[in-house]
Amino acid sequence: MNKRGWIFLVPAAVFGLLAVGFFVGLGIDPSVLPSPLINQPAPDFALPPLEGDRGFSSADLKGHVSLVNAFASWCAPCRAEHPVLNALAQTKRVAIYGIDYKDQPDAARAWIAELGNPYTRIGADEGRVGIDWGVYGVPETFIVDSQGRIRYKHVGPLTEADIGQTILPLVARLEK
Amino acid sequence: MTRLVRDTIQIPAKAGTHAPGSRAAVSWIPAFAGITKRCRPRAVRFYLGWLLFAVTICVAIPAHAVRPDEMLADPGLEARAREVGSELRCLVCRNQSIDDSDADLAHDLRMLVRERIKAGDTNDQVIAYIRSRYGDFVLLRPPFKGDTLLLWGGPLLILILGGVAFARFYRGRNDTAPTPLSAEERRRLAAVLGEGPPQ
Repeated sequence: MNKRGWIFLVPAAVFGLLAVGFFVGLGIDPSVLPSPLINQPAPDFALPPLEGDRGFSSADLKGHVSLVNAFASWCAPCRAEHPVLNALAQTKRVAIYGIDYKDQPDAARAWIAELGNPYTRIGADEGRVGIDWGVYGVPETFIVDSQGRIRYKHVGPLTEADIGQTILPLVARLEK
Repeated sequence: MTRLVRDTIQIPAKAGTHAPGSRAAVSWIPAFAGITKRCRPRAVRFYLGWLLFAVTICVAIPAHAVRPDEMLADPGLEARAREVGSELRCLVCRNQSIDDSDADLAHDLRMLVRERIKAGDTNDQVIAYIRSRYGDFVLLRPPFKGDTLLLWGGPLLILILGGVAFARFYRGRNDTAPTPLSAEERRRLAAVLGEGPPQ
């Protein structure tokens, strides 16, 4: 029987493994899916403008690091994110482009008029360009390098901390 | 149909107020206690009601969210679109296929699938097209590869581990065959059984 004493350690070991697994799991956000588009060229697209006559197309992304933000006026987290984008636009560290995703143009224009416009260009998308970017909810944000490759994707609203800890350091690294 | 169902529902309510003395053959089943010989038509309707209920449950299939205006005119192509759609996960509802989901994105993906099929893509090409944008997660049947080794191999692993544990457990039992009685024990046993002289 003494030879089998180790068997009493099995439940403890199983508990230990589960505890570690669950603890790691606490830090994983299940709503965030890995994108297969990371390090791939951004999709080719040409969106009509939300207002004015300057649309937004893949050609706009060449030659400089850009931030592409998919948003919609019907999206509450986008409203929470908007001041963060406005503040980022003030710093002029990176060009910000908007994809107005599955929105009513009137509502989107009113939204921009109310909250301010951090975007260099805004394209109005009926959903197809969003699919090409792998958008499955708004807001989603992409960082595109000067060769037009997608280097980073953020799912959900950006916060000040995301800008300071992730976005700006990445932009600086890509600009080197 | 409606009447049948309504009448059926009324029966159990009456069963509770049924007075003793007029019990029918089936009255030992509590739910049937209200059915007497006198109201045989009701009993028939009662059974029919349950039969209908059972059949309904059996033939019930998940409702599809595919809208008539989305469908392709060609039934063959539409059937292929359904085949593809049932393989693709709606990324909003996660555990529904795009055919089952009412989400806007699922609608867009259904339209995209039909567009690609009309353009002459094979089913695999359509799936690859969507997978290149949304990754493996969009596939309801995960592919077998390094990342998913544990997922696919897990059941086999558990079977092997369980088999090994099972085999060890039983072999261990056979190993510990009872040790033979010592001379002293044999003598005492014989004494108890009255086959030898007591000590």
